[in-house]
Amino acid sequence: MKELTLPSRIESVDEAAMFADEFARANGFGDDVMSAVDLAVRESVANAIKHGNKFDESKTVEMTISSSGDGLKITVRDFGTGFSVKDVPDPTDPENLLKVNGRGILFMRSFMDEVSWSNPADGGMKVTMVKKP
Amino acid sequence: MADITISERQAGDVTILDLAGKVTIGEGSVALRSAIRRLLGEGKNKILLNLGGVGYIDSSGIGELVSSFTAVNKEGGTLKLLNLTQKIQDLLAITKLLTVFDVYDSEADALASFN
Repeated sequence: MKELTLPSRIESVDEAAMFADEFARANGFGDDVMSAVDLAVRESVANAIKHGNKFDESKTVEMTISSSGDGLKITVRDFGTGFSVKDVPDPTDPENLLKVNGRGILFMRSFMDEVSWSNPADGGMKVTMVKKP
Repeated sequence: MADITISERQAGDVTILDLAGKVTIGEGSVALRSAIRRLLGEGKNKILLNLGGVGYIDSSGIGELVSSFTAVNKEGGTLKLLNLTQKIQDLLAITKLLTVFDVYDSEADALASFN
């Protein structure tokens, strides 16, 4: 498993994507997996920075990535106040189609095989995503 | 290097914006927003966004397309999309936004549709 700690700024999104890309390549994952993981990492880290830590640079984003026979597992954790995924409106509902925000979670769920959220005891939100080989 | 370059062309009363690069959270989305606002400020409200050169877009970029669409509509204009890559097409399908945007593969057809 590899770990990365990132500051809460936009540039961290690219850094996280490169980190995941290098790890996935080194572990022999193909282009389809890489493309899905790239999008999911960018969306999850952007969410952590923007909605979790609210661009507060005193708070970090912690990311882990690991590989096993079950695939590639990624966790992204912020230190914000947390949220309930159930409360996020469905962006494909006709009344939400023209909203500017709210599609990141949909993309993560669409491109990864498993996505779940948890609330670590010491605060924040952690999203865990798995992409099968 | 900038994440995105936006070039402007005029075809009759339609303004074509050729986008190349990434439309993502941060610079790419802000650049698109600024370009659309500038055009609307100049009274140009028939806008065709050529996305053929966009190699990458995220949910923030998709949100900016929606925001552009809404802003142009509010000014009584029309915004259409040209040359979607497969990836962008997939993302617009997942978000059901293909039902919102008028999308073309041919610039000639797109321009004709404005009249």
